[in-house]
Amino acid sequence: MASKTESGPGATPTSAPPAKPPIWNDPVYRALFFQAAVLVGVVALGVFLVNNTLDNLEKQGIASGFGFLDRTAGFSIGETHLGLSYSEEDSYGKTFLVGLLNTIWVSGWGIVLATVLGFIIGVLRLSPNWLVSRIAMVYIELLRNIPLLLQIFFWYFAVLRPLPAPRNSIELFDSFFLNNRGLAYPRGIPSEGFDWVIGAFVIAVVASVAVVKWAKKRQDETGLWFPAYWTSIGLIVGLPLIVFLALGTPMTLEYPELKGFNFWGGAVMSPEFVALLLALSLYTAAFIAEIVRSGILSVSHGQTEASRALGLKPGQTLRLVIIPQAMRVIIPPLTSQYLNLTKNSSLAAAIAYPDIVLVFAGTTLMQTGQAVEIIAMTMAVYLTLSLLISAFMNWYNKSIQLVER
Amino acid sequence: MTESTTPTHEPGTHPDLAPPSTDVGIRGWMYHNLFSGWFNSIVTVLSAALIGFLLYELLPWLFFDAYWSGNDRSACPAPGEGKDGACWVYIKIWFKQMMYGRYPDEALWRINSAYVLLVGALLPLIVPRMPEGLFEKTGTTARTVGGLMIALAAVFAFTGATSWFVWIAIWAAVTMFVGYGFLLAVGYPVIAVLLFLIDVNHPHIGPESTGWSIFLTVLLAAQGLAAFADRIWKRFSYKGALGVFLVFVFPLICVYLFHGGGFGLEEVETPLWGGLFLTLVIALTGIVMSLPVGVVLALGRRSNMPVVKSLCVVFIELWRGVPLITVLFMASVMFPLFMPEGVNFDKLLRALVGVIFFASAYMAEVVRGGLQAIPKGQYEAADALGLSYWKKMGLVILPQALKITIPGVVNTFIGLFKDTTLVLIIGLFDFLGMAQAVSTNPDWLGFYVEGYVFVAFGFWVFCFGMSRYSIYLERKLETGHKR
Repeated sequence: MASKTESGPGATPTSAPPAKPPIWNDPVYRALFFQAAVLVGVVALGVFLVNNTLDNLEKQGIASGFGFLDRTAGFSIGETHLGLSYSEEDSYGKTFLVGLLNTIWVSGWGIVLATVLGFIIGVLRLSPNWLVSRIAMVYIELLRNIPLLLQIFFWYFAVLRPLPAPRNSIELFDSFFLNNRGLAYPRGIPSEGFDWVIGAFVIAVVASVAVVKWAKKRQDETGLWFPAYWTSIGLIVGLPLIVFLALGTPMTLEYPELKGFNFWGGAVMSPEFVALLLALSLYTAAFIAEIVRSGILSVSHGQTEASRALGLKPGQTLRLVIIPQAMRVIIPPLTSQYLNLTKNSSLAAAIAYPDIVLVFAGTTLMQTGQAVEIIAMTMAVYLTLSLLISAFMNWYNKSIQLVER
Repeated sequence: MTESTTPTHEPGTHPDLAPPSTDVGIRGWMYHNLFSGWFNSIVTVLSAALIGFLLYELLPWLFFDAYWSGNDRSACPAPGEGKDGACWVYIKIWFKQMMYGRYPDEALWRINSAYVLLVGALLPLIVPRMPEGLFEKTGTTARTVGGLMIALAAVFAFTGATSWFVWIAIWAAVTMFVGYGFLLAVGYPVIAVLLFLIDVNHPHIGPESTGWSIFLTVLLAAQGLAAFADRIWKRFSYKGALGVFLVFVFPLICVYLFHGGGFGLEEVETPLWGGLFLTLVIALTGIVMSLPVGVVLALGRRSNMPVVKSLCVVFIELWRGVPLITVLFMASVMFPLFMPEGVNFDKLLRALVGVIFFASAYMAEVVRGGLQAIPKGQYEAADALGLSYWKKMGLVILPQALKITIPGVVNTFIGLFKDTTLVLIIGLFDFLGMAQAVSTNPDWLGFYVEGYVFVAFGFWVFCFGMSRYSIYLERKLETGHKR
């Protein structure tokens, strides 16, 4: 589009290039100057803060550095997960690890429960049945407009703590006992040969992945359909079960028993954990439900009509046409809900569930006084968790994105 | 098919039949929405049973069997005895604590005044059908208003009334009859408050003393000032003026009213602040401060200057990546370390700084979304017109960007409002914190649920109201560009 006509009426003959603006009006220099000024300001602020901090630490006689991680913590933690054990003789480093794993444990379960519940409620919200969709709406509007901390308090102080003492527990099948010390349930103790069952499970998972891939390939090539998902469910459930039975049930159940004032044996879910998990997942489910609803609504009705016109059944329409397209809209906000849930799990500190904020940014900070290191480590943990979840969800998002030209 | 019946109508003359009864009216609605098939019918019946069960369990507890009357502990039996109903007397007795914390009784009017001022200034901004014509005439009526105000102030001074609702009455009269010129609506009430303070704190300056003439002088001077300022503020619409007032003047008035300490107001230390009042203080401060900071951060993140951009990115992502509770922990244990020796921040102030940092990072991302949604042509057009950066942003980009970000901004506000409850973890007694603290009173053990229900109701009303208002605003500001 190079037009050479420079000599239209009113156009000034340009022989010399326009005069360069003076240096204080030149955008390039202005930007440089401005950035230098900002940088100097930030660095000065940083130096000021660091100096103050060092001064203050010295005056208060607080050591700095990460040496404290090796020192003995001297306090106990009520609950540990993922096979970790912790005692008073362990170091602060171990405290950090236990807190971190407790955070991950409750967030992980929370994410699973909130997703399942959120998807169910989101779909119910769109139900053609007026009553059902209203119930879902009331749930969403009620739960998401009440602060999470209040909900945690409600479950903990108003529901779980006033439960009867262990000797008057609410029983179910003589093996589940709900009382103010938590929920006691039977624990499976694997005996010899149980490794085979685990091995069978792993093989079943690998096999079902292969079956799904094969079925998809075959359908792409020949159009023949194979019930791959039912097959894989059968494999994953059936194969370990057969091995389990064949080896003569290599697992014993340890039932909780009332001895004295508390239950012994079995496994116990603490009321703190239950309250936190309930509140986190019910609260986040309300948000996820709205995300799911908007995602499904974003798929144009023409898609439904087209797929029905092609003869797909309602279930197939939902599974093969609506959901794959809705997922593209759902995943990004869903990711941020997962991040929120993980960060919100820090409210554990309010009801004394021993997550990283309580045992590390709380107790350890009180005992050592090393605020800077501890807060920085805690923040780094959450930043890392956030980044990991984002990275995973971005990867997943990319794998389901519409492949465009 | 042979014709078996004789037609009673000539072809084409049959009157229109009513639609089938399954298509119209309540029956039609129920058929389509509740009983459109056997599965749907079962679901409907089950849902109705669920609702019925919940109501059957909840309604007696909430209303019928609840304890409403009485003013002390004896009004409700101990939990587990008597009728199984809520003890609302508990809320009634601790209502003041839940609303104001431990703020001294004789100073409560200060908080209430600020509430009234806030609602009065906010109402014309959020209610769309305020008759504008009424307010636009204010400039010419400045003098009349002045006279009216003096008359009212005279009544006020002569009766020596000392309760805060007197000046509400004054203010209501002004706003109802005259309108909303900036200083007319706001300046005069402020003067009225000041007069009132003088009245409270120095009762001897009454009608009999020389103070009375000082009153009149001040009023007249203020009236002149108001008329003058009114000319200046004419540049703004009254709504713009109210907005400016809310953002720049109102916070200062609040700081003075709430904290006091000087010019006749007793100092009320922040540890005494609490309840819903503290919640509102934290939430509103966060809201008012986080929007401008967020806009600046968003602009920085979209800037071409690498240093500014990376600083903004780091700031935003750092705060967004960590939970508010660690930010509050940091504010309460690390801020004191950052400050030079001897400089000591108030605990509330530290929490506020933390909340503002946190909220502005979220706000920045919302605003950035809006900035990115503005077509590039708008930026280029503004550049082509030779607008400077700030003019380009202030006059062309931000007005459009902020408009489309309203839902996101309100969502952030709602989130922030709910998140203020976290301050109880660092030992501030907000609405929830106060309910929690009250429930540990040895005389009133076991009334957790009532407190929680009350607090939940309070939060719910605020949050639900905000979200509905945002939906409404979105529709109203819709200018038809949507595809």
